[in-house]
Amino acid sequence: MKKHILCIAALLLGCLTFTGCSDSSVEEENTLTILNYGKYFDPDALQIFEEETGITIKYEEYESPEEMYTKYKAGSIDYDLLCTSDYMIHKLIEEGEVLEMNYDNIPEYKNIDPDIIDSSASFDAEHKYTLPYFYGTVGILYDTNVVPESEVQTWDVLWDEKYTGNIVMPNSVRDCLLVPLKRLNYSINETNEKHLRKALDLLFEQKPLVYAYFVDETADEMIAGNAALAVVYSGEAAYAQDEGENLGYTVPEEGSNLWIDSWFIPKTCKNQEKAELFLNFLCREDIAAMNFDYVYYATPHTAVYNSLDEESKNNTTIFPTQETIDNCEVYVSLDREETALYNKLWKELKSY
Amino acid sequence: MFKLKKQFLAGPYIVWIIGFILLPIVLILFYGLSDYHGNFTFDNLLSIFDPIHMKSLLFSLRLALICTVICLILAYPLAMILNSMHLKHQSFVVFVFVLPMWMNFMLRILAWKLLLSNNGVINNILASLGLPAIQLLNTPSAVVFGMVYDYLPFMILPIYNAMSRIGHDIIDAARDLGANQVQVFFKITMPLTISGVLSGIIMVFVPALTSFVISNLLGGGKVLLIGNVIEQEFMQTMDWNLGSGLSIVLMIFVIASMAFMNTHNKDGEGTAVW
Repeated sequence: MKKHILCIAALLLGCLTFTGCSDSSVEEENTLTILNYGKYFDPDALQIFEEETGITIKYEEYESPEEMYTKYKAGSIDYDLLCTSDYMIHKLIEEGEVLEMNYDNIPEYKNIDPDIIDSSASFDAEHKYTLPYFYGTVGILYDTNVVPESEVQTWDVLWDEKYTGNIVMPNSVRDCLLVPLKRLNYSINETNEKHLRKALDLLFEQKPLVYAYFVDETADEMIAGNAALAVVYSGEAAYAQDEGENLGYTVPEEGSNLWIDSWFIPKTCKNQEKAELFLNFLCREDIAAMNFDYVYYATPHTAVYNSLDEESKNNTTIFPTQETIDNCEVYVSLDREETALYNKLWKELKSY
Repeated sequence: MFKLKKQFLAGPYIVWIIGFILLPIVLILFYGLSDYHGNFTFDNLLSIFDPIHMKSLLFSLRLALICTVICLILAYPLAMILNSMHLKHQSFVVFVFVLPMWMNFMLRILAWKLLLSNNGVINNILASLGLPAIQLLNTPSAVVFGMVYDYLPFMILPIYNAMSRIGHDIIDAARDLGANQVQVFFKITMPLTISGVLSGIIMVFVPALTSFVISNLLGGGKVLLIGNVIEQEFMQTMDWNLGSGLSIVLMIFVIASMAFMNTHNKDGEGTAVW
């Protein structure tokens, strides 16, 4: 009797898997499957694309590059287009997962700021694979009522005992380590264990002062006034400034991280021309402007930038100055051993 | 024929077991006992002896133990009070205790986060009384507090269940034979509720030991429990082998504590509480 049940169970499971397969094989030819960060594309713009071209878009979102990597690598969905951050693209390029882009099919590419394309060289050395979408920095978001502007010009302020229990650090290994690394004048892509240990010692020293290690909550915690200083992405900072009062943002003079989120076409793409059609679409001035209004991060689209009013152009939270950009580094991906070292240091910090 | 029909009805449940219990366990065993290249190894299991992992395991055990003891201290007298109430009131009070469990536990923990934060309700009340603010959130105490808050009903209900099953005639007989209140408690109430206490301990200790969400939310990333290490291996580091290896070790701890409790719980009462 038991065997019967097992057979039935196996059959049922089989049915489940079969339906799973047929779903994707019946899939229409005229679709594009896109994977992007959450809240990173104006839904109205997607609709415009569908109306103009008749191509159906299957749009999916993720939270962190690591999550994206897992989703992509799981291979259950063939994505046609992906948008993610610099170091993750670097990793995927090195793994041979990225197709060369045919920029001839993307005439609107001319709108993209050449400086940002140059900065992309750290992960896309020959400019063959990527199309920059938004960029920004990592810096200090601070409560202007508590912390004077003069103090946040350097990372040292995050070790000031005056602010015990008022400091929020990033809850991810690289963003957290970049602070002491920059304070010690090392590269944010440091792989020398001795240098990393020195940086870690600084984080040990800092831990009693830290209120919490946050990522997504940081902006909301700052708006609620739960902390006075936080290390955040510029996009988060702009959001916090929009919602809360008395919040300032600076990139300390020792330098920081410049992040560039870019589009690329993965190996699983079934119709590269349609993907390029979409990329061209998002580089169009009206669409790029829609997305800029929606996302409100620094856009590398020169025409959109030029059409902004002076106030927005001079908002250094969103658009870092050239001086700041020159002072910042872009992450490069680490190899397996280096990643393991970073993670080990991270666990040491968390259990300290 | 009747038998076949009955087993057929169990079909959906068997599919469920295979798909969502057996298969994941097989996968965890597979990942936990192999390295990145798929070769067999015990390294992932042995990595529990790595000082960092050991530290967070011991820390988790400590917090889980503290949480269980607090729950027991709170729950036992409460169950006694509950039991001595009028039957009509009893069901109402039990209802009150179970009520918060109808709400998603994440939401309840998030609410505590708002109450405990630096600029939160409690600190604002302190400030209005002219008292200095204290950092309540993002400390091990906050994590223990959250666990106690969440798991307390799991301790109260089995103890209360075991207690309500003690017949009044037994207690009356004891009193009749000259036992005083204290003797009744130690000779009758306690031995007869021990099974409820044991299942309460299991139901609090095991989730407290393996918890990672509460420590994430109320620990602010500063409290690293073994559950957080495993979560990090899966979500951030992408080292599924190490994560699975540590999960197996944790499972061994869970099974060991359950086995220990089961051998001490001879009559088996109270385990099937509710």
